[in-house]
Amino acid sequence: MANAVTSVARRTAAPTVAGGRRPGALLPRARRNAGAWGFLVGAVLCFSFFSWYPIVREVIMSFQKPVYGGGNTWAGWSNYVRIFHDPTFWQAWRNTLEFTVLALVIGFAVPFVVALVLNELRHARGYLRVLVYLPVMLPPASALVLFAYFYNPQYGLFDDLLRLLHLPTSQWVLQPGTGFVSTAMVSVVIASTWMNMGSATLIYLAALQNIPGELYEAAELEGAGILRRIRHVTIPQTRLILLLLLMLQVVATMQMFIESFVLTNGGGGVGNNTLSVVMLIYQYAFAMSGASNYNSASALGVVLMLVLAVFSGGFLWATRERG
Amino acid sequence: MASVFTATRSVRAARAARAARRPTSSTRTLISDVSLNRRRGKIIYRVVLTLVIVAFTLAFIGPLYFLFSDGLKSTQEAIATPPTLYPHHVYPGSYVQSWNRLDVGLMLWNSVYYAFGALAFQLVFDVAAAYSLSKLRPALGNVVLFLMLATLMIPTTVLVVPQYVTIANLPFFHWNLIGSPEAIWLPSVANAFNIFLLKRFFDSIPADYIDAASVDGASRLMILWKIVLPISRPIIGVVSIFSLVAVWKDFLWPLLVEYGYTPTRETLNVGIWQASVGTPQNLLIAASAMAAVPTIVFFLIFQRNIMAGLTAGGIRG
Repeated sequence: MANAVTSVARRTAAPTVAGGRRPGALLPRARRNAGAWGFLVGAVLCFSFFSWYPIVREVIMSFQKPVYGGGNTWAGWSNYVRIFHDPTFWQAWRNTLEFTVLALVIGFAVPFVVALVLNELRHARGYLRVLVYLPVMLPPASALVLFAYFYNPQYGLFDDLLRLLHLPTSQWVLQPGTGFVSTAMVSVVIASTWMNMGSATLIYLAALQNIPGELYEAAELEGAGILRRIRHVTIPQTRLILLLLLMLQVVATMQMFIESFVLTNGGGGVGNNTLSVVMLIYQYAFAMSGASNYNSASALGVVLMLVLAVFSGGFLWATRERG
Repeated sequence: MASVFTATRSVRAARAARAARRPTSSTRTLISDVSLNRRRGKIIYRVVLTLVIVAFTLAFIGPLYFLFSDGLKSTQEAIATPPTLYPHHVYPGSYVQSWNRLDVGLMLWNSVYYAFGALAFQLVFDVAAAYSLSKLRPALGNVVLFLMLATLMIPTTVLVVPQYVTIANLPFFHWNLIGSPEAIWLPSVANAFNIFLLKRFFDSIPADYIDAASVDGASRLMILWKIVLPISRPIIGVVSIFSLVAVWKDFLWPLLVEYGYTPTRETLNVGIWQASVGTPQNLLIAASAMAAVPTIVFFLIFQRNIMAGLTAGGIRG
């Protein structure tokens, strides 16, 4: 509606400018634009300096190298060659994929099932919703310090529980080993899921509440059991939100940083077995002793940016085709 | 139709629904009320309900219980094997010691300062920009909007390095913002999601209101202040809450630009991480508990707005 009115305003303004051919007629329009840009300029400057320019600059920096004594010079692909030859680069990618897959298996299914169950309950829903969302509000470092305490092999709660059940104890995050489902990474995923599942759960819950009840009614009359009703009513009806959250979650988990950073004191675990790509960017840029190298870090940033862009683009394309 | 049906329902049914304490009753879900009211259904429902309540309380309140109670232990008890389930000797001194040793007051103040400063900057610049894009529609406005929304595709953590280098030497101005609060405040304005939410809401405000005001001679700023803002209170609430929480929970950026400059600029998150090496376990947990209190209280006060914002305001990863 707003559009319609403004376009009417534009149409009435246009003839005077075009038909009148008076130079002065341009002035009100210019003034109107200047005023509108006055409201816009603060945000545009912030976007320019802190979002648009850094995107361009990351690409530029990835092809540069510092010159002794100050300044930069072009370096061709050498930063990329260097990071591709770094064994840690491949390990960080492998770990990040491991985290993403595990976080999907645990962190994607759990909130949906929880939302399904919560939606069926007729009591205590407010209480349970608050509970699920509470960890999202904690400062992540607080939650992770607490999990590090639970995971502690000497005085941690989790090993104590295992001992109580006469099960072999574990080193949790500090467990060595780099198998694809390593104990260390599973520990990171558990902490991460606990911290983050609240928002996904509430979004699913809202989506479930929008499913028309008649669909369930009809399915039940046709003799569909609970599982078939989930399969044929719930999932198709929430498909869009499921796919969207799936994509957002993959993009978010590929950028995992604080979980492993706090649980392993910034180290990346035993033999780097929980080191993520963003942690490696941090290490390249800020934590390598002596030569901090913004350029290698930028190259790695560009690679991550491309991977995420290709993933989201491909995902959107693949899901659009079927729908 | 459905509303007519519910309206003509008998009073008894309405009372029964109220007795079941269900706020909105008429929509059916996966499992119908009928099958839940059968004897077998009732039993299963009771069992499931109890299990869910117990499991959720254990899973979500359990860790919080330890977060607050372990800070009441002495250092020796906190690292005893096996761990104690409750402090055998209550030692509130841990909290005092922790507060003094880790300077939790300073961290708290820094976090508040950065979060509310960022909120102020975001409200001023993002509201103005969304108003301009929605109602004033300047030339090239759509290009600007597209470029802003395009940044949603590029996650911020990927850009830490060029952002850091830019903040250290701002183009044209040659300012070094590292260590100043603006290093957090200004980048927070570049939030396309805020612009999107605000613009979408402003778009729904009827143009008649604005035209009427401008016929009466109100300036654009006046229209924003007197008409658009009062109508937009709900969405501004949502944006404010999420902005505050985002800055409060941020870790990597304040670690680089504030703590990296001088440790006295540390936020709660950074301070707790920094203390996690070399601080006695009970003091560390006590500090974590104190760090958690403000957001828990904030959540319990604003839970309705937060949850409504999360689901109605759109999706935030």
